[in-house]
Amino acid sequence: MKSFLKTTAAVVVLVVAGLGAANAEQVKVGIAAEPYPPFAAPDASGKWQGWEIDIAMAMCEAAKLDCVITPVSWDGIIPALTTKKIDIIAASMSITAEREKTIDFSDKYYNTPTLILGSKEEKMDATPEGLKGKILGVQVSTVHQAYAKKHFADTAAEIKEYQTQDEANQDLAAGRIDATQADGLALETFAATPEGKACCDIKGKVADDLEILGPGVGVGIRKGDTAMKEKFNAAIKEIRANGKYDEISKKYFTIDMYGG
Amino acid sequence: MADASIIPAGITGMFDLLSPVAPGWGANLLRGLVRSLQIAFGAFGMGLIIGTFGSYAKLYGGPIARDLAAIYTTLVRAIPELVMIILLYYAGTDLINRILEGMGYQRVDISGLVAGIVVLGFVQGAYATEVLRGAIKAIPQGEIEAARAYGMSPVLMMRRITLPAMLPHALPGLANLWLISTKDTALLAVVGFSELTLETRQAAGTTKAYMTFYLAAGALYLFVTLFSSVILESVEKRARRGMPSVKEAR
Amino acid sequence: MSNVLGETEIEVPIETFPIHKEKDASSLASKLPPHRIVLILIGLALVASAALFMRWDWLPQYGGLILQGLWRTIWILVVTVVLGFLLAVPLGLAQASGPAFLAIPARAFCTVIRGTPLLVQLWLLYYGLGSLFPQYPWIRGSELWPYLRQAWPYAVLALTLSYAGYEGEVMRGAFAGVPKGQLESARAFGMPRFTIFRRIWLPQAIHRALPTLAGEAVLQLKSTPLVATITVVDLYSVASRVRQDTFLTYEPLLLLAAGYLVITGIIVMLFRRVERLIPSKLG
Repeated sequence: MKSFLKTTAAVVVLVVAGLGAANAEQVKVGIAAEPYPPFAAPDASGKWQGWEIDIAMAMCEAAKLDCVITPVSWDGIIPALTTKKIDIIAASMSITAEREKTIDFSDKYYNTPTLILGSKEEKMDATPEGLKGKILGVQVSTVHQAYAKKHFADTAAEIKEYQTQDEANQDLAAGRIDATQADGLALETFAATPEGKACCDIKGKVADDLEILGPGVGVGIRKGDTAMKEKFNAAIKEIRANGKYDEISKKYFTIDMYGG
Repeated sequence: MADASIIPAGITGMFDLLSPVAPGWGANLLRGLVRSLQIAFGAFGMGLIIGTFGSYAKLYGGPIARDLAAIYTTLVRAIPELVMIILLYYAGTDLINRILEGMGYQRVDISGLVAGIVVLGFVQGAYATEVLRGAIKAIPQGEIEAARAYGMSPVLMMRRITLPAMLPHALPGLANLWLISTKDTALLAVVGFSELTLETRQAAGTTKAYMTFYLAAGALYLFVTLFSSVILESVEKRARRGMPSVKEAR
Repeated sequence: MSNVLGETEIEVPIETFPIHKEKDASSLASKLPPHRIVLILIGLALVASAALFMRWDWLPQYGGLILQGLWRTIWILVVTVVLGFLLAVPLGLAQASGPAFLAIPARAFCTVIRGTPLLVQLWLLYYGLGSLFPQYPWIRGSELWPYLRQAWPYAVLALTLSYAGYEGEVMRGAFAGVPKGQLESARAFGMPRFTIFRRIWLPQAIHRALPTLAGEAVLQLKSTPLVATITVVDLYSVASRVRQDTFLTYEPLLLLAAGYLVITGIIVMLFRRVERLIPSKLG
């Protein structure tokens, strides 16, 4: 009986404390809660690390914002933004016309080619004919899913959708799918790991489709939040100009991240 | 358990991976476990509060309260927890903030922990309503009538008579609810809340040692279940002291 | 100690949908007092406003996919409930009266299944086992490979084991609850052991377990959306796809919730029918 009252009291306190802890000043940077190396992945101490985390923090610093990394599930990241669970998205989200109906984007902060990674034992290339009869894995609600649906759906045997690119890679290594389409750097990073080397190789770059693949990756911003958009556009310019962008990129990659 | 063949090639040993010190991921799993337990505990407590009100509404409420309680328990028990969680996690917090803004208050930032507790608590509340309702009905009604005859206020009666008398009847059901609560926290992984299951998924994804980490997470959940069962059983024995054993009564 | 799990849970099973015999048919008026009519009207108004003011223009485009997802969900539900029940009978029997070398593994199985979240079991089977395949090249050469590389066998396996674990516990109680005298008199008639099991023990145990079966089936239905996390395209995953394609937050989820409500209603109704077919008094 007493313990019941105590539990009740504890819960009420907990809930009230949680509600009270609202901090309007902090900008919550939404990232996908699933590891996406080398852009964002938690290390063994639970801290999120990677190129995109560093860049996001550099942008926040340039924009003089107090940012806090907030992992949310990838497939719910746009609802999380529109329902104000997070304030911006920095999760390698490509700028597309389809997404711009729902959210705004800053200017692009990186752009890399889209590649196909396939099983070593299978012969294929990154064209609709080359993927004939193959099972292709893509991450849900990505430009790659949209692209595969438009260009490969007629010829591929099946297009399987994964919650995370990591799981698609895992199933590729396990032999459950024949190929996966994703961002080139993420795939090259996986292909360089022991698992990746053992199972797969890069099959090529897909033909461009600006309408679907978009001009690159931008910061996702709530519709109408123009102040935030301007801050991040300025911040991207600033870190590009003052060398911070290249300094961070050199830590992770050898190629030019910004693209043409 | 530590059969050598289940360790993926290229990984030196599963114990290195599970070590709680930095290169190992043990600390992450433990942190996830603590978060899971926090949510399970909070949700269970909130479920009890909702359940108390719900069972009172069902037993003693007016026709409208009774129907509303029936709608609540029917809906929650028929819709998958995963759907409820996603619906409440995105839509629920948005709705609260819209109402707050509509009433002229500042919007609140609902943390993942609180959202998780509220969402699971809402689900737990429906089951708790049924458990408590059954338990209250199992109290000899004479006791309640006697309390009324003495002119006890409803609150005093609840505190002194109803709650203590129903506790032994409610405990087995509540124990079951607690176990469900600990397991349901895993569903929050799907909305990106970093409790034990998501921490496991992240650790497994980063190290590629899927088997090791899922087995470890399973062992942790099982440990929590078994440990709680032992405690709950002794609590139940204590609450039942002086009452005829269930088995004899059959 | 070994039976802590069972004892606390089996005595007061949580019946998700307890099935009661209908009381004598009450008149329409007593079922529909004024406040209930108001509540129904409010409900209808909510549904109507949802239909009018929310966006449903995506429905025709996804209609075929929704039906496919619905079919997959029902298919998985039926298959796993049937297989799970077939597995639960020996599990329950082994625990109720089997020798120790059968009873202990059966009890351990039920404890492990009931003590860990289904989501973890599912991911362990799919991703955990999947991560082992590259080590054994002969698996890919085997005849089973075309099935092993698909997702649904893992979904069916995980859900079947889960249902067997929970229902095995119920069946244990049901087998143990059949009065000993019945079995003794059957033996006195000289019935062979298997005939006793088939004619006396099993039917009575199932009859005892029947009220919990509907609840367990509803719980199983509520577990099916988890298979969407391992790429099986069920009703839930179709709704997620609509959500991702259209960026609508509420509509697909509300439709999804309504869909599960309807399926639950059908399950409860079917079991009520079955229950009615069986005489309630044995004797």
